[in-house]
Amino acid sequence: MASEGVKEYRTIRDIAGPLIFVEKTEPVSYGELVLITLPDGTVRKGQVLDTSKDIVVVQSFEGTRGMDKSCAVRFTGDIVKLDCSPDMLGRIFNGRGEPIDGGPRIVPEERRPIIGSAINPAARAYPREFIQTGISAIDGMNTLVRGQKLPIFSCSGLPHNDIALQVARQAKVRGTGEEFAVVFAAMGITFEEANYFMKDFERTGALERAVVFLNLANDPAIERLITPRMALTAAEYLAFEYDYHILVILTDMTNYCEALREISAAREEVPGRRGYPGYMYTDLATIYERAGRIRGKKGSITQFPILTMPADDITHPIPDLTGYITEGQLVLSRELHMKGIYPPIDVLPSLSRLMKEGIGPGMTREDHKQWNDQMYAAYAEGVELRGLVAIVGEEALSERDRRYLKFADEFERRWLNQGKYEDRDIEYTLDLGWELLAILPEEELTKIERKYIEKYHPKYRKKKAEEEKKEEAESELTKR
Amino acid sequence: MEVKTAGSVGEIYRISGPLVVAEGLKAKMYDVCKVGEEGLMGEVVGIVGEKVLIQVYEDTSGVRPGEKVVNTGMPLSVELGPGLLKSIYDGVQRPLPVLREMSGDFIARGLEAPALDRKKKWDFKPTVKKGDKVKGGQIIGVVQETDIIEHKILVPPNVPERTVVEVYEGSFTVEDTIAVLDDGTELKLYHKWPVRVPRPYVEKLPPEVPLLTGQRILDIFFPIAKGGTAAIPGGFGTGKTVTQHQLAKWADAHVVVYIGCGERGNEMTEILEEFPELIDPRTGKPLMERAVLVANTSNMPVAAREASVYTGITIAEYYRDMGYDVALQADSTSRWAEAMREMSGRLEEMPGEEGYPAYLASRLAEFYERAGRVKTLAGNVGSVSVVGAVSPPGGDFSEPVTQNTLRIVKVFWALDSKLAARRHFPAINWLTSYSLYAETLQEWFRQRFPEWPEIRRWMMEVLQEEANLQEIVMLVGKDALPDKQRVLLEIARYIREFILLQYAYHEVDTYCPPEKMYDMMKAIKELADIFYKALEMGRTVEEIENVEGRDELLKSKYEVDYKPKLQAALEKIRKNLLGE
Repeated sequence: MASEGVKEYRTIRDIAGPLIFVEKTEPVSYGELVLITLPDGTVRKGQVLDTSKDIVVVQSFEGTRGMDKSCAVRFTGDIVKLDCSPDMLGRIFNGRGEPIDGGPRIVPEERRPIIGSAINPAARAYPREFIQTGISAIDGMNTLVRGQKLPIFSCSGLPHNDIALQVARQAKVRGTGEEFAVVFAAMGITFEEANYFMKDFERTGALERAVVFLNLANDPAIERLITPRMALTAAEYLAFEYDYHILVILTDMTNYCEALREISAAREEVPGRRGYPGYMYTDLATIYERAGRIRGKKGSITQFPILTMPADDITHPIPDLTGYITEGQLVLSRELHMKGIYPPIDVLPSLSRLMKEGIGPGMTREDHKQWNDQMYAAYAEGVELRGLVAIVGEEALSERDRRYLKFADEFERRWLNQGKYEDRDIEYTLDLGWELLAILPEEELTKIERKYIEKYHPKYRKKKAEEEKKEEAESELTKR
Repeated sequence: MEVKTAGSVGEIYRISGPLVVAEGLKAKMYDVCKVGEEGLMGEVVGIVGEKVLIQVYEDTSGVRPGEKVVNTGMPLSVELGPGLLKSIYDGVQRPLPVLREMSGDFIARGLEAPALDRKKKWDFKPTVKKGDKVKGGQIIGVVQETDIIEHKILVPPNVPERTVVEVYEGSFTVEDTIAVLDDGTELKLYHKWPVRVPRPYVEKLPPEVPLLTGQRILDIFFPIAKGGTAAIPGGFGTGKTVTQHQLAKWADAHVVVYIGCGERGNEMTEILEEFPELIDPRTGKPLMERAVLVANTSNMPVAAREASVYTGITIAEYYRDMGYDVALQADSTSRWAEAMREMSGRLEEMPGEEGYPAYLASRLAEFYERAGRVKTLAGNVGSVSVVGAVSPPGGDFSEPVTQNTLRIVKVFWALDSKLAARRHFPAINWLTSYSLYAETLQEWFRQRFPEWPEIRRWMMEVLQEEANLQEIVMLVGKDALPDKQRVLLEIARYIREFILLQYAYHEVDTYCPPEKMYDMMKAIKELADIFYKALEMGRTVEEIENVEGRDELLKSKYEVDYKPKLQAALEKIRKNLLGE
């Protein structure tokens, strides 16, 4: 990769953590790709973090184990790039973008800097195409749209991977027949977890339409800083050059942030909250903001990042800063998981900010908005009442309150709970919700207009169905 | 004697992200420099010995030591003239649609584009004639900038009094000369102004006029004055951005400047798509006709984010100087503070609280102090009202940006995640929010709506009392309360659900004119009178709580023609309870 005439330096002054300090160099550019040759001949890659006439700071993506001052350092004169081609689909790369599936190197149509440029806000198209994931909790109450970034806030031990896989398997925009291609970036997850993803991709044939970047738990931590950028560069290329609709799964962003903190500490920067660098918001934004749609382009990038909240704490800097950038969040609940409910998505703290534009007539169904308000309010009320029951006992409750309790139970058991391979269409999700709403006294449905109640409430539907039957029978009779 | 720094050339010594250190460069603080072969735009933020520290507004990947740095000798300035309205700029006033034409859908580096269209011609009508004396800040003519805003052409504020020797009427580009002064100064339709310097005015005026927002909880309970300052802090998902959008859409300002500072790209797109289609209830024209957008999304360069709030407020001051009321929204000032923190860290300054620079408080104060209702140099009255969103980490208001902001601003709209979780919007907590303008502004309301201040105070008392009673209810249950207090709880519920609850996405209720607010306030007062009277007449609390007509009343606000529905609902309730 290094062009002819690139000078080799053996002028390493210090090595500290993942950083190498090189002196007496010709001018080296900021962000340049660096090749470091170890005494045993292995070559590692790195990137320039700070450059001056006196000293250059290089971060080694593969760590500094085994390095000494005699290592040869070559500055390639090029910034870190990814070889892009539609042939990336169906391939598996390591966290640095090198193929590890035994296949040939990618013959690049274009070599793109992984740093990426910001999408011009004036060029963006507002995301408003409903994606049906087949998961009720998402489609019904936290609707995903094409071009959105919607993370899963999980806790260790919860089935976030299953949800991500189910979304990857089932996500579709209805009526278009267009499928999603998946770009999958693993950062610091275990071999087992990665294998789980790979096996599922293989089994369902999704791998053919997937680009996989794997940085596993035993891979160098610093490499994680470039893995999501590699993945998003691939995603941008496929989406905006080849019209693919891309679903990017990034897991686990918590590991990414840990790597960021490690580099920051090694550089002796002033730490922000909990030791994470003050620029973590900006840094995360340069990842998450690479989702979206562009006016006049067919493709799109939808992001589905996964992060585990340390100690289940949603105010921890990682979920907190993420929530400020992403367009909502799906929060998983340990309590629901313990009850055996899958997916354990707690709809109360969850939110999809782009939902309002993606639902309604022509997209999902006319009653969806008001239905959602009613479902949310009713479930919230039911959950609140559970707290009360714990204090005063169920006997003290009124009939109305008992119905709300029943609603909350059924909501979790029947509506939220579904199979990992159960692909519900939006009508089913909505109608099932209506069945639950029928548990409540009808005058409690204050958030839904009368016309929708009459059209979708099971009571009227049944009546209508009976009437139709009757009419049919009558017409049969008259015919006879 | 001032050292000439313009044209001085130096060499890059060091690059660390957005910070570039140059040597051999003559510079004064805040000079704008062109950095490297690509001529990336940067600004001098420090001078250490022979070295000059420059914050660069673009990504510095690929730039190397030894490349040249050229000093323009000019501070970071914005172009002020016709064509600002309907524009969308980045943090350093580059027009984003023009950048798109130049570099495609992604923003490339080293692009330069004039902020104002150089080709477009404007019809200029002078208001001064030959021989008139003019001085800085004075109006010399007008241009119809959009259908609703007449752009007053100002003499640059720093020009001393001179006599007009030539003045032309007709169609001109912004660069054509439209008037000549006796010292040879040629005046154009636009002038430049350094963003970090507040534009001068004659005097500040007291905040006596409310900035009506069409949002009931704001206008009734926590009003902001024209020329006032307000902060909206809140964790994610509590509705900061929606509130800001609502203010931008419905505030009764002539001009709106919206700064998207380090926030989501899709949110800016939402404004861009929505504003041209939304109709201003006062003028009947699209909102975009009176808006200037400054967009520096979170993934755009951090130094430009730092500059974006200054760019925005300078544009706002310029329209103020024409005698307009300007509403400026900054979403979010926390991102701006973080940009300061990041640059400060790179400069290796001694950090203050949570890594923020020690000058955080003074920078925030300087910024908010540029708000105000003023007598302009031209003799008019204009105002800039500033509303800043604050995004406290973890929703914790004790952090430095929130705290330092609260020490400065006069209005505090506290967003509450609990209310948001209950889907009570706007999720502004009525117990912890405050407005220091509330008292002074009541006079304005009293003149137009005689009972407004009184009903407002009464409703506030009811809500306060409700909060106290709620604590008791938590302990002993609702049934243990005396009837009168239970009725009060019921009235408080109406205040919350009828007055406070207002959905931004409801086509009618998204905007509530003051007349309607007054009708609603009076209705609630009347309702309370009916309830208490009914209680006296021996009606039970249950009958009052479940009175028929309740739903009709609550839903009446969603009708365009709300008055008959509201009256009918009130009558129904009266009849059911009092039998009249």
